[in-house]
This record gives sequence, structure tokens and C-alpha cells, in this order.
Amino acid sequence: MTTDAETLRIGSAPPQAATGRAMGLAKQRVSLAHRLWSGNTGPVLVVVLAILALWYGAAAWMNWQGVADALQRAGEQRTAMEILAATMEQERPVLPAPHQIAVELKKTVIDTPITSRRSLVNHAWVTLSSTLLGFAMGALLGVVLAVLIVHVRTLERSLMPWIISSQTIPILAIAPIIIVVLGSIGITGLFPKAIISAYLCFFPVTIGMVKGLTSPDMMQRDLMRTYSASQGQTFWKLRLPASLPFLFASLKVAIAISLVGAIVGELPTGAQSGLGARLLAGSYYGQTIQIWAALFGAAILASILVAVLGLAERAINRRMGVRA
Amino acid sequence: MGASLAPAAVTSGVTAASARSAVIDIRGLSLTYEAADGPVYALSNVDLQVAEGEFVSFIGPSGCGKTTLLRVIADLEQPTGGHISVNGVSPSEARLRREYGFIFQAPALYPWRTIERNVELPLEIFGLSKAERRERSQRQLELVNLKGFEKKFPWQLSGGMQQRASIARALSFDPKLLLMDEPFGALDEIVRDHLNEQLLQLWAKTRKTVLFVTHSIPEAVFLSTKIVVMSPRPGRIIDVIDCASLGLQRPLEIRETPEFLKIAHRVREGLRAGHSYDD
Repeated sequence: MTTDAETLRIGSAPPQAATGRAMGLAKQRVSLAHRLWSGNTGPVLVVVLAILALWYGAAAWMNWQGVADALQRAGEQRTAMEILAATMEQERPVLPAPHQIAVELKKTVIDTPITSRRSLVNHAWVTLSSTLLGFAMGALLGVVLAVLIVHVRTLERSLMPWIISSQTIPILAIAPIIIVVLGSIGITGLFPKAIISAYLCFFPVTIGMVKGLTSPDMMQRDLMRTYSASQGQTFWKLRLPASLPFLFASLKVAIAISLVGAIVGELPTGAQSGLGARLLAGSYYGQTIQIWAALFGAAILASILVAVLGLAERAINRRMGVRA
Repeated sequence: MGASLAPAAVTSGVTAASARSAVIDIRGLSLTYEAADGPVYALSNVDLQVAEGEFVSFIGPSGCGKTTLLRVIADLEQPTGGHISVNGVSPSEARLRREYGFIFQAPALYPWRTIERNVELPLEIFGLSKAERRERSQRQLELVNLKGFEKKFPWQLSGGMQQRASIARALSFDPKLLLMDEPFGALDEIVRDHLNEQLLQLWAKTRKTVLFVTHSIPEAVFLSTKIVVMSPRPGRIIDVIDCASLGLQRPLEIRETPEFLKIAHRVREGLRAGHSYDD
């Protein structure tokens, strides 16, 4: 985003333009490649191309045997080039080629109506709703725990070990337990998945907020003391504003793992919809393209969520005068 | 407060001031704390009286307890022995009554607040109305020559301007007493001279009682009506020097006068004598 803005700015007012029109034009043409390199665009492009090349290579290599075996069974003789082309067009490849995933994404995101059970947007929404609910619960819990820990000294010793050990249990082990226990008391659907998300994402928020709420230095705290400020005033006017950079850093981590939690929560239930359900169904039927499309859907969703938090952070930073 | 007292102080200086009731009354004060290698005597048997309207500097090498003494007066540290009263009450009572403004070594401005809102911070805590807060912050920022910088954030100001903002913040609620802990220690010589002049003008205008901790002999002599020379291990007062002879009108050039140099010499002698104990 910044890159675009920068290139635009440079492009619209090149310093050479003032010196002479004809010369400026020639220079501009030369500097196009240069500009691509000096910004972020060039390096990003190179990395993307490198990954794609590696991927195509890996797809050809991993799918080769399958294609060759199938042709042999059919008794057909093909050239190496024809086999190579076939590795990119299999219905159930070991590793789908990038363009196959792109086609699948286009088919399930754009070409399928959102109301359809085959729409990836539909599934993504199911996962997103429980991600957001779980994130809200987890972030709230995380902040409340941090506030308690910072203000009640004994809680740090008594609560912290539990908080830390809660994160040492693999989520794959505890997710089915949560689903089953809540299911047995009649709670199903969105809420149990959100609980798993919350369980995962409160942790970075607690850790980040404890750090943030205790970040004011001694002088800043002494200042409040000289005013005989109450604990509440110190919290609202000093500790909380000082903690916001830490809060946003941990919220970004939290929302990404909240999505992971929601997907994991969809696996043990044999859920009918959601990105997790798509992953599970894909692996049942060997639909690798579907699995990869769901993975990309999840990755894109996570990027959007983190980016939205980034925008909120920037808006707040601007209000708080953070040096750009 | 001190408006009616100001003429008297101007004409007869410190002798008249010390005759009035003490704002700070310290008798036999000591503060000892346990460190890994035995007890540390941060303050030992300190006696000091400060009258209203005085400008008292505390000078001494690191570890002499000058900052500790200021922090005890501000109720930021607890003494282990002796008696201390601030405006006739205990330091904690004085703190609860918000009778002093404390200025730290660093400006300690909150970076997320504009200069104006930093100055208004104590007023917000004391529950003043928005209009009253704004009116006071405008007045104080004008007093420290920061008019026009109200909407700036601290990082947009130089170190000297930030420290002036922190002085405006301390003055905003009109405390009777200003406690300043090496406020200009981190600034360069030129800025420091400039701020010293401004501080004297400010003091002349407001007639507050000021307790000022410093490392610098010229700064102490230039500003003070009284200099308290301290020495470490144990932290104690070794000399109290009256600077009333310099008068109250003090241009920077006064630092070249014989009277100024005589006082500076005495301070230096005192510091040297204090040091000989641990050599």
C-alpha cells in the first residue's frame, strides 16, 4: 500500500521534469526499471516468482510418477513433454499446480453463488463468524486477566502458571473434549468453536497486556503519585494508553490463531460447513485441489483480518501522535 | 498565595524570609536501607528549615542523598527516622492535599498527549472543568514561553521546550511548593543558561518556594537564596550557604562578579571537604 503511494508520488513529480521536457522523458523511461527496484515492488515480485517457480518444479516432480503410472496402465506411450503437461492438469494431484488452485478459487469464490453449499465464501463466513466471536471473547478475557494480574500482586503468582500451562496442551487434544462436553449439555454450532478460538487467543493478549500495562517508567508512575491519583485514574490515564502498542501487537497474533482455532474446532465435529469442514471433506475424498483452495482461503482471510487490525492501529496511532 | 509577601522578600531578602514560619521543617531525619553488602545510609541526621518564598538548591556528588531528600519531602520515599513536616503537615498529608509540584530529571511528558493535554493532566485528575483546564493550560504555557505549541506532541519539541512544558504542568495547579530534581541536568550548557534565567523570572513572578537539586555549582549559585551542600556515605548536610548578598535581580553576567565567585568557591570547598572522608 505504501509502495503504491510512494511510486505514485515519485511518478507524478519527478525532480528531473523541471530541467527539460525531452530529457526528462528519456530519463523517466530509464528510471521505470530502476524505480521498480528501488521500491518494494521489485523484490516482492522476485520472491513471488521464485516461489511459483519452485512450486511448479515441485508439482512436476511429485506428480510425475502418478501420471507415468496411469499412462502405463492405460498402455499409452507419451513423450516427456506430454507427461510434464499432464502433471499440471491432474484431477487429484499429489501437489496441485498454482494455477489449478487459482481456477478452483475462482470457481468456488466468484462463479458459485454465495448461498450455495459449494461456495468457499459461504464456508469462509461460517469460520469467520466463529473466529470473530472467539476473538472477541479471548481478547476480552486476555485483557481482564492482564488487568487483574497487574493490579493484584498475588494473582501473578497464582494465575500465571495456569495460564502458561493452558497453552502447553495441544489444541488438537483439547478441541474434541470441548466440543463433546459442550455438545452433551446441548451447546453446539458456533459457540463451541468460538470457545476453542478464545482458548487459543487470550494467551498472547494477556502476555502482551501485562507487559504493556507495566511499561510506564518510574517517573511516569511517580508523577501520578505526586498528584495523589487513584488507581483507576492511573489506569485510564497512564497504564492503558501506554499499553496500546502492545495490545495491537498481541491482537494481530491473537486474531490469526483465533482463525486456526475455529478451523481446528470444525475438524472433530465432522462439521458440514466452514473452512475446516472443506479441509476434512477434501482429505476424505482425496480432493487435494479443494484442500489447497481452502488453505489459501484461510490464509487470505487471516491476512485481511490482520490488515484490518493494522488499519485500526494506524488510526489510533494518528490520534495518539505516534511519530510516523 | 505569596503575593502579599513578595515585596518584603524583595526588599529584605532571605533574612526576613527565614524569620517566617518554615514551609519545610526537617529534624534529625535519616533514611537507611538494606543492600546486599550491608546497610546504606542514604540520609543521616539531616536538619533543615526552609522558609516560604525561598529558592533552595541542594548540591553534592552522586550518592549524597540530595535526590532522596527531595523524594522524602515529596512522600515518594519513606524516612526511617527523624521528623519532617511540609507546610506544617506530614509529607503524605501534603501530597494528598496536592501542595507541591514535582519536576523530574526528564520531562516525563506522556507521549500520547499533546503539550496542552500534558499540562492539563493534573487538572483532569483533580476534577477541574474542561473550560477551567483549558484556561489554566493556556496561561501556564504562556508563562513558560510555549504559546503556539499547544497542539504539538512532545517528540515535536526540543528537550529544553519539553522540560519547560513539564514546569508548566507542575505550575498548572498552583502548588505552594516546587520540587525540582535536576530538571536541566540532561540539557546542554546554552539551553541550561537560558532556562535558568527563565526560571528566575518565573520564580520572581510566582514567589513559590522552590527546592532545587543540581550537580552544577554555577547553576546553584545563580538561582538560589540558599545553597545546601551535601556529602555522601552517610548522606548528610555539610554546609548551608546564604546567597542573599547576590540580590534578587540576577542577569547572567552576575556569574563573573567577585561576590558570585566567592560563593561558588565556598561551595567548591564544601564539596571537596565532604569528599575527603572517603579518600
